[in-house]
Amino acid sequence: MPAFGPVGVKRRLRFAWLPYLTLAAMLGPVLAGLAGTIAPAFGYLPAAGQSDWGLDAFRTLVEWPGFGRAAGVSVSTGFLATGLSLLIVVLITAGWQERAAFVVLQRLLSPLLAVPHAAAAFGLAFLIAPSGWLVRLVSPWATGWEQPPDVLIVQDAFGLALVAGLVAKEVPFLLLMTLSALPQVDGHRSAAVAGALGYGRVTGWIKAVFPRVYAQIRLPVYVVLAYSMSVVDVAVILGPNTPPTLSVQIVRWMNDPDIALRLQAAAAALVQCALVLGACGVWRLGESLGARLGHVWILRGGRGMCEGTLQAFGLIAGVLSALAVVLGLAGLAVWSLAGFWSYPDLLPDTLTWRSWIRHAPGLWDAARETLIVAFAATAVALVLTLGCLEAEHRFGLRLGPGGVFLLYVPLLVPQTAFLPGLQTLMLSAGFEVGRGPVILAHLVFVLPYVFLSLGDPFRAWDTRFGTIASALGAGPDRVLWAVRLPMLLASVLTAFAVGFAVSVGQYLPTLLVGGGRVATLTTEAVSLAAGGDRRAIGVFGLMQTVAAFVPFLIAVVVPPLVWRHKGGMRNG
Amino acid sequence: MKKLLFSAAMIALSGVAQMTPAFADPVPADWPAVTAEARGQTVYWNAWGGSTTTNDFLAWVGARVSQQYGVTLEHVKLTDTADAVSRVLAEKSAGKDDGGAIDMIWINGANFAAMKQAGLLFGPFAEDLPNWGLVDVEGKTVQTDFTVPVEGFESPWAMAQVVFIHDTARLKAPLGSMNALLEWAKSNPGRFTFPQPPDFLGATFLKQALIDLLEDPSVLQSAAGDNYAEVTAPLWAFLEELTPNLWRQGRAYPQTGPRQFQLIVDGEVDLAISFSPGEASAAIANFQLPETARTFVLDKGTLGNASFVAIPYNSGAKAGAMVVANFLMSGEAQARAQDPSVLGYGTVLDMAKLTASERAVFDGLSLGVATLSPADLGQAQAEPHPSWMTRISADWVSRYGVTP
Repeated sequence: MPAFGPVGVKRRLRFAWLPYLTLAAMLGPVLAGLAGTIAPAFGYLPAAGQSDWGLDAFRTLVEWPGFGRAAGVSVSTGFLATGLSLLIVVLITAGWQERAAFVVLQRLLSPLLAVPHAAAAFGLAFLIAPSGWLVRLVSPWATGWEQPPDVLIVQDAFGLALVAGLVAKEVPFLLLMTLSALPQVDGHRSAAVAGALGYGRVTGWIKAVFPRVYAQIRLPVYVVLAYSMSVVDVAVILGPNTPPTLSVQIVRWMNDPDIALRLQAAAAALVQCALVLGACGVWRLGESLGARLGHVWILRGGRGMCEGTLQAFGLIAGVLSALAVVLGLAGLAVWSLAGFWSYPDLLPDTLTWRSWIRHAPGLWDAARETLIVAFAATAVALVLTLGCLEAEHRFGLRLGPGGVFLLYVPLLVPQTAFLPGLQTLMLSAGFEVGRGPVILAHLVFVLPYVFLSLGDPFRAWDTRFGTIASALGAGPDRVLWAVRLPMLLASVLTAFAVGFAVSVGQYLPTLLVGGGRVATLTTEAVSLAAGGDRRAIGVFGLMQTVAAFVPFLIAVVVPPLVWRHKGGMRNG
Repeated sequence: MKKLLFSAAMIALSGVAQMTPAFADPVPADWPAVTAEARGQTVYWNAWGGSTTTNDFLAWVGARVSQQYGVTLEHVKLTDTADAVSRVLAEKSAGKDDGGAIDMIWINGANFAAMKQAGLLFGPFAEDLPNWGLVDVEGKTVQTDFTVPVEGFESPWAMAQVVFIHDTARLKAPLGSMNALLEWAKSNPGRFTFPQPPDFLGATFLKQALIDLLEDPSVLQSAAGDNYAEVTAPLWAFLEELTPNLWRQGRAYPQTGPRQFQLIVDGEVDLAISFSPGEASAAIANFQLPETARTFVLDKGTLGNASFVAIPYNSGAKAGAMVVANFLMSGEAQARAQDPSVLGYGTVLDMAKLTASERAVFDGLSLGVATLSPADLGQAQAEPHPSWMTRISADWVSRYGVTP
């Protein structure tokens, strides 16, 4: 406990402002960006010679012939991707928890969290196209397709390929969120009781455990919903183009040489924001409806039916979504080494290092930039997070439920709604584009994830170690540096890895805030995707994945090495 | 575009005097001073980044100018040249008249017309560059760009002409006209597509179709006016018939030119459009097209134009950019760009103006397995006034670009 002398006040000052700085770093850009979006949406953009407030931009937007479809696909994609991901995660957890298959599936899915969305999307596109790997596997000997069938799979008008790509990436995310919620709800014992009462595995888990788990993973579910509705890079690769989703169209308008179109882009960004809010509202209604129906269902006391089918579905869906990413990455790897490779060959005629050698210089530059930005953003995020958590510990400045919600704000507001506004504002304020602003923009998205992944382990630390250390004469700083942080090494490294992976995957913030001058592996990969050179995409997509993956590897490998002489630390 | 020109005009009205170089700008005619100033500068060249062969060539240019002139070249990879125009325009309206983010743009056509008119370009500089003396001013259209006079505000670095690439294993004979293409598409539905307009190459396909369908395309040389609907009617009739027979029935399109190559290799289409006669040969060498790929032009000929580089008025490295622009017009750079295993771009130089040894390098270049000889390419058709491309693209988007 801090002493209340002058020294204590000083100490307190040193930490107490950190939570505010953290909030400012996270919310400042979001709010400023939204302001920079709202003004042009209502007609005020002096840069384009417009200063008449009004609703013209919205009128032009609604008159755009693609508006209905673009907005519709955004909404349907969001609900489908979120609903399916949640369903799969629930069935996997309900049906397979504590069984051998679950451990395997968990090991398979967890690393996939690190795979950047864009890389996963490229891989999937090659897998499921009519001339893709799956068709080649059975063609032409089984299908008779000497030429691939002319059917629209990737970039279909309903966004189903886009949904598939999102589900493959969101299942690992929601599964991990669920796994971390399970210990807090004592699910194991509830499930055991339900089982003893004769409930089937799936039914028992859904009735007895799921309601409590869901309360814990609600915000992550909303994040998935908001993200799926407004994603840009995955939608460019897998989504429809006639017209594209609303987010993709916003980015196109933003980049149009006709800066008058920025008014329309801003209006569309606000509509996008409203759609996301509306969808969250509808989901909330769905929750209460589901809760009410679920209540009746639980009271009816049915012990479950189609147990086998539900379990099988969960397992198959989980395996498929993992395979989609793993095989997709394998496809990228083969393409990066491919000589000539045409349909219907399952593998290239020849293998060559040429693509790697050819792209090595550009790859090196982009990788260096990616690492610098990710390292800086994550390091700042980690310092701020630790500062906040330590302030919370020392002075009881605890985040209430409102505070936790604030953490989620940058993840819930669509990127397309505030990044263009932020870009316009920065430009008007005469900011230089470059690495610095990009790092700050990344921080907005990295901070919440670092905070969320470090918060629980930090708080779960047994404070009695601190008491002992204090009794031995250590001040609060020494307790933090010499006892708490070393003991939390694994958690700190994991939080760092999560933040790092988030930064590596950022596309839109890098592109818009960097003014095109900051080229990371992700921006290079997405710009190459437009060119359609699968060898180059393979090289950059793989490197992107490696960059996101290495910190996770470090988080797994380093703590046991550090603690090899301290047996008590080896399992926690 | 009308809106763009309007907003550009607004800026022009509110801005300072146009076209007068700022006080500290380098003087292109004083070349030693330019090269001295250029040393140590970093030039951000904004150029389309979707083609790996072009990216490699730009990287080579960067290495050479760094070696020879101490200029660092950074390739900012664009997905659309319009992004760069938009950036300069935004900087101008924000009052950022110096040290802008862009030092050089790979540009031509409508983007050049818009930037020139809005006073967003530095110059005139091109005709003061030392290597301008080597350029084939008579034989190649390097002084007008889509009918707009260049007046030294951009310097040429490559000649381009429309060719069609076909996989002879599946589509044996060349198609002589757009009508022949239509007939072939009808009997082979799903085997052809073009990049989705407003993509540059997709819009080029629409223009090429219109020129080929018109009895007298000379009407396209002046700006589109009241005659627009009448003149373009044959194009829309053609597309009504073609679109249902396109790849995926026209419900999806490749987003860029090179993406078409992947579709050929994937066996999904048999025919693609390209704006570079040597691109197919380079793509074969890079495993991006089958060895059976060849090129052809239409019986009446195909569109041709030049690629240029321009320097924004607010670039902070104008001297460096001019050094790069000048290097691009050198015999060394032009020969490398024409090498079919590198880029396969046509040269802007006049062979008669080169030294014997420089000429020998060009003579030593093989044509490339799929590249047509200049005789086979024939005289290139003139680009229509940019207003046609702008309006046709916009119309195509509202007719076909938003309805799956």
